[in-house]
Amino acid sequence: MSLMRVTSPHAHGPLSTARVMQTVLLACIPGVAALTWFFGAGTLVNIAWACLVALASEALALKLRKRPLGPHLKDYSALVTATLLAIAMPAYSPWWLILVGVSFSIIIAKHLYGGLGYNPFNPAMVGYVVLLISFPVEMTSWAAPRGVNAVEVPGLLEALTLCFTPNSIDAITMATPLDLLKQNSTLTEAVLWQQNPQFGRWAGVGWEWASLGFLAGGLWMLYRRIYTWHAPVAMLASLALMATLFHDGGSADSTGSALFHLLSGGAMFGAFFIITDPVSSAVSNRGRLVFGAAIGVLVFLIRCFGNYPDAVAFAVLIMNFAAPFIDYYTQPQTYGYGKSSQTIASDRSETS
Amino acid sequence: MRKIWDFHGGVHPPENKHQSLARPIKSAGIAPELVLPLNQHIGAPAEPIVDVGQRVLKGECIAKPDGIISVPVHAPTSGTVTAIEERSVAHPSGLTTTCIVIETDGEDHWTEHSGIPDYANADRGTLLACIRNAGIAGMGGAGFPTAVKLGVNPKAGRIDFLILNGTECEPYITADHVLMRERAEEIVAGTEILRQLVNPREVLLGIEDNKPDAIEALRRACEGTGMEVVVFPTKYPSGGEKQLIEILTGRQVPSGGLPADVGVVCQNMGTAVAVYQAVAHGEPLISRITTVTGEAVARPGNFDVLLGTPMSFLLEQSGFSAGRDQRLVMGGPMMGFTVPDADVPIIKTTNCILAPTAEELPAPPPAQACIRCGLCAEACPASLLPQQLYWFSRGKEYEKLEAHNLFDCIECGACSYACPSNIPLVQYYRASKAELTQLRRDQAKSEHSKTRFEARQERLQREAEEKEAQRQARKQAAEARAREAAETGSAEQDPIQAAIERAKAKKAAAAGDDSQQPAADMDPAQQAIERAGAARSTDANQSPAEKARANLERLEQRLQKSEAKLAASREAGAEDSIIEALQTGIEKLRPKLEAARAEVAALPAKSEPEPAAEPAAAPPERELDAAQLAIERARQARADSANQTPEEKARANLERLQQRLEKSETKLAASREAGAEDTIIEALEAAIDKLRPKLEAARREVDELNTGQEA
Repeated sequence: MSLMRVTSPHAHGPLSTARVMQTVLLACIPGVAALTWFFGAGTLVNIAWACLVALASEALALKLRKRPLGPHLKDYSALVTATLLAIAMPAYSPWWLILVGVSFSIIIAKHLYGGLGYNPFNPAMVGYVVLLISFPVEMTSWAAPRGVNAVEVPGLLEALTLCFTPNSIDAITMATPLDLLKQNSTLTEAVLWQQNPQFGRWAGVGWEWASLGFLAGGLWMLYRRIYTWHAPVAMLASLALMATLFHDGGSADSTGSALFHLLSGGAMFGAFFIITDPVSSAVSNRGRLVFGAAIGVLVFLIRCFGNYPDAVAFAVLIMNFAAPFIDYYTQPQTYGYGKSSQTIASDRSETS
Repeated sequence: MRKIWDFHGGVHPPENKHQSLARPIKSAGIAPELVLPLNQHIGAPAEPIVDVGQRVLKGECIAKPDGIISVPVHAPTSGTVTAIEERSVAHPSGLTTTCIVIETDGEDHWTEHSGIPDYANADRGTLLACIRNAGIAGMGGAGFPTAVKLGVNPKAGRIDFLILNGTECEPYITADHVLMRERAEEIVAGTEILRQLVNPREVLLGIEDNKPDAIEALRRACEGTGMEVVVFPTKYPSGGEKQLIEILTGRQVPSGGLPADVGVVCQNMGTAVAVYQAVAHGEPLISRITTVTGEAVARPGNFDVLLGTPMSFLLEQSGFSAGRDQRLVMGGPMMGFTVPDADVPIIKTTNCILAPTAEELPAPPPAQACIRCGLCAEACPASLLPQQLYWFSRGKEYEKLEAHNLFDCIECGACSYACPSNIPLVQYYRASKAELTQLRRDQAKSEHSKTRFEARQERLQREAEEKEAQRQARKQAAEARAREAAETGSAEQDPIQAAIERAKAKKAAAAGDDSQQPAADMDPAQQAIERAGAARSTDANQSPAEKARANLERLEQRLQKSEAKLAASREAGAEDSIIEALQTGIEKLRPKLEAARAEVAALPAKSEPEPAAEPAAAPPERELDAAQLAIERARQARADSANQTPEEKARANLERLQQRLEKSETKLAASREAGAEDTIIEALEAAIDKLRPKLEAARREVDELNTGQEA
């Protein structure tokens, strides 16, 4: 009888990288459902096309890098990147825009840095920022939500046509609530709210529900222990705190309430799906608190004082830079190094 | 309700304990052959005190401890020692170690033994000796000699807590569980003895909440003893000593420290039972409870098994059938290690034999990329950052590994368990720890070598400097002498020549002229010359006959002395050059002695005062005898020159100087070729430089004389 010799531990937990990625994809469902309901099938088409491009890009990059295709394609990481980028992009984006963004994310931002686990920046956010800077018009053409100005949202076929033919989608686009608030300098918040049908109960029509959908997905991932609460809570808390500090009660110069900021744009989505990307964030829990809090502050500053109406992508990339630095200063205290254990030990030796 | 604390991290692997809990403890019986490794504990292996062929009784000591951190080994049953040899044992590295092999006779005859009658009143030393002699080492896994742990001096402050560890947090293992369930009274009795030894403020028996029957049994046994059973939530690795201490006391053992540093002593439940049996009944540690479990055995359960029993003996009784990719794990699935073959013996620390099927604990899948998800850091009970340690480990960044406290890793395997990418993290840490340990060792070694090298360099330099200083001092002394000599106007040559000249001057004084006394503090040669000079000056008042006789006597004495010296040198095995020098000296002395004898014989006929000696240049010679000879030669030359015309004198002088220059130059050339010391070459060069102006002067004199004649 020949016995196998392996080192401990012999037991292994149920979690795998592929399972983690699958969980992230599943957690997107409530948010995507809300987006689809309010803005039409554009997001679904975005996601489907982006996933195809991602798999092709991943396969191409792996082939060029002479890596085995099977295990890497099966880890779902490319699909997660593609899905997150597709959700972040305006619905009904043209096919080429998605092609450029997703292939850049996968090939440049991920594989040129060494593939999964080695990329210093969040690939989806790199792709997003590249597109936003290169194609600002396309990247800010947001569709109008259902029911606003009696707009009917496009169906699946219409969405496919809009995506893959050179039709203009101008007819159905509309400024987002964040845009409106940024450009407003004459109306008080209440008047602004009344005059623009895009504003809903707490933030933008549709946006608020999509945000709540992403919040639900995030809470589910927290429950599944895919990540810890530290980064998302820190980001949302610091964003809310900043908004509250700067909120002047709704004058013409108002920067918006905390609730408005939390439920607008990519705040919720970013907090639970983007900054929780473990590869490019800080590693320790304390580090992730700092990382998340800094992103919250940056999001608010860029939204209210920067050139862009939304800011999650920029804030995340900036903090990706800082992650190793944060790691250096937030190393957790190892067992047996705490003040309490040292003082007990020294007190005891003194009394002896 | 006592307050309990939580420790950071931990995981919840499937417990799989129920399989082996169904049946009570069963005796494994006596295997035909027992194999007893000499190191079943941490520390020095025991030394065998039995011979092959010797009959041993149950409980008889067969190997004695070697040093303090060591424990003896006892025969688990009666039988015959058949071998003392290398056998493969249960060790993570798969190494072999010296074992005593006993062929059992099945009679199970006890050796004479008895416990300490009134042990509740026995003194500490007696109890500790009893525990040590019973061969008890920690039975939880590490196997540290129990008497050493208990013997930690009570000086280091009072122990607040004695903790009995009944956690058994590893999946599958139930050895302590059944022990607590079935032998709670023995545990409490053993704990009582431990309490007596440690004298703590409180005694806590810590158990995870997944063992309700054991908790119940222990609570009943503890009633009225003042010991407290503390129950806490199940989590791996709460049974780790450091983790358990934190759970029960909120204190953390300082890094690199001992539990005693924070006032805690921790013992295993099985150890308490072993202590009780040793102290109360005089029975040494010769058996233990071992769990046999896993899906590859048909009847999992717990055995009371004699130490040294081969694993295969237990596996057979449990209905083991080997399957595909079979592994046998000693210990649990988290920290246990695979054994090389099924015949390795049960030892004092073997709490479990796990025989899983390949489906139950599948072979590790290929590792994927680390996505830094941080689940490992969430799981780490030492609050390390395993993902960072992994990067540093792969990059061999040793400084960062140390900065991230690699050595505080307890290798519990929680990080590997949690890792979704199946990275064998613990393996990386083990490898890095070994590399770092080796590196530290190498560094210490090279540091030591460097210190030695530097010390040697320093010593050599110091010696060289001392030599140089001495040389400088000699040089300065010589210069001072030369200056003094120049002031007195007696000489311009090197010290020896000056001495010769001074000697001559004295001689002249002996002949009636005034002369100055030379400074008498020079080297031996000079002193000898001075003595010779002094002797000569006394000679001046003697008659020629007396002088000649005294001379003869002196020469004879010198010859004798020289011969004695030569003999001594030969005996002492002196250098050839020294012996040769002495021989030449003797040879030179002989004709002189002959001449002196002839002079004495011809005394009445010849009586002549010696001519007055004047300063004259003589070639610098080192030996005293040679110097004297030179003096004589110079005298002779002077005597000759007295009859010569000034021109002849001048010519002879010129010739002599030329010869000397030539000689000096050839010497210099020879010295250079032979690679002589710098000092010698310098001296020769200086001599030549001094000769040249003299030669010039002599030439001018001859020229002047010539021109004078022509005119």
